[in-house]
Amino acid sequence: MGQSAKAAIVGVAESDLGRTPDKTVLQLQAQAASAALADAGLQFQDVEALFCAGNWAWSPNLMLAEYLGIQPKYTDTTNIGGSSFEAHIGHALAGIEAGLFNVALITYGSTQRSDRGRNRAHSAFRLTEQYEGSFGLPTPVGAYALAAMRHMFEYGTTSEQLAEVAVATRKWATLNEKAMMRDPITIEDVLNSRWIAEPLHLLDCCLVTDGGGAVVVASASRATHTRKAPIWILGHGEAHTHNTIANMPDLATHRAALASGQAAFAMAGLTPAEIDVAEIYDSFTITVILTLEALGFCGRGEGGSFVSGQRTAPGGPFPMNTNGGGLSYCHPGMYGIFLLIEATRQLRGECGPRQVEGARLALAHGTGGVLSSAATVILGKD
Amino acid sequence: MPVQFPQPSIDSDSQVYWEGLAQGELRIQHCASCLRHVFYPRVLCPHCHSDRLSWITATGKGTIYSYTIAHQAFGPYADEVPFIIAIVELAEGVRMMTRIVGAPREQVTIGAAVHVTFTPVGEGVTLPYFQLIA
Repeated sequence: MGQSAKAAIVGVAESDLGRTPDKTVLQLQAQAASAALADAGLQFQDVEALFCAGNWAWSPNLMLAEYLGIQPKYTDTTNIGGSSFEAHIGHALAGIEAGLFNVALITYGSTQRSDRGRNRAHSAFRLTEQYEGSFGLPTPVGAYALAAMRHMFEYGTTSEQLAEVAVATRKWATLNEKAMMRDPITIEDVLNSRWIAEPLHLLDCCLVTDGGGAVVVASASRATHTRKAPIWILGHGEAHTHNTIANMPDLATHRAALASGQAAFAMAGLTPAEIDVAEIYDSFTITVILTLEALGFCGRGEGGSFVSGQRTAPGGPFPMNTNGGGLSYCHPGMYGIFLLIEATRQLRGECGPRQVEGARLALAHGTGGVLSSAATVILGKD
Repeated sequence: MPVQFPQPSIDSDSQVYWEGLAQGELRIQHCASCLRHVFYPRVLCPHCHSDRLSWITATGKGTIYSYTIAHQAFGPYADEVPFIIAIVELAEGVRMMTRIVGAPREQVTIGAAVHVTFTPVGEGVTLPYFQLIA
């Protein structure tokens, strides 16, 4: 399987998660990077390329590289929201294929829960923000609510179907000791939780946590000399379609994911039916339904019925968001790096009680902004 | 302490739009090359990339493309919940975000016909809210 792959994920780690009031974003990333490099059996001196996305410095890579004591010869601060890290995988793969470097470090860290950074007030609505900001839409949740309402209108998707995603994801979280929310919930619990932005209830929404993560990518020649079996990067695709929600071409179709998914499957030479485990960005329950349709796991408008009957829960036919997802495990603002970490661990067979038996092919899909950007990564093991 | 509402940062793309709202006109752009309407305003048509854009006054009529009722909001908007936010598709074919005002929540549906109502919100800013057409 990996014979034709040019690069692999060779190390993954989280930092402390949940609430880390005594930690800075630099500390969280140093902690995750050290652990991911140790996981790979590599050193900081081996890192030639740095990939990072954050809004905590005017140039996050300059500050982080200095703090970590590395001097990368390739650097990428691509920030397209929560999908940035899946995009970084593709960019690292391209750089490796071009012969520019052999080892790349991807990091993320956020202290948004401790900072309450999500609720930062604007002083002014600048540039294209000025046409939307003054209406007071709570973002990002309000934008996803607008998409959910349209999806319900076009396809008859129900609140119960959205709740299926939250309930199944919580079941996975009960099997992950690192997950923040581990008490089982029911469909009724989701429907009875308070409205945030109709039709989304509180339990349709991801957590707001602190946390960080890191992923180490290596060229094929280097990957075969690391500590664990390489998890090959078989396919990648990315796209973005809009920035402001009023400019989303079709609120009931995740067109960015449609494009990124098609590219990733084409590159891998695989079809959705061949994927053993899927890690799908779940900022909100509707995000998952739109993404499953766009990636071709089900037909357009069929996402609601696809997730019904707890099909994505442990023991179900479609294992999805096996760490408990952004809905129940952690969600420090931009969640995409954790999709890669979990997909890698599943393929390595490191997931203990939540292990998907025999998983050989995994898909990690990030969504960023207000359904604005998407990046899809398909991984496999030998 | 008075709540500070963030103000739109008016620029040379948007000045005609904001001046129109203050005068009770909903101004959008029209492309002379591809004949489509454009909102928000910019220096090139996002459809055909021509720069032959001119301002027109929209009819102010449209339909609700999607909506949500915000029960939680941030900053100065927190005290206004619940309120109805919609994306309206104007008769001219462009979409814009707005609030739906003056209607009971049960009457707000996707596809409902609406018309613009110019609403001063302070600091010299007028916003294009929409009302249901009875």
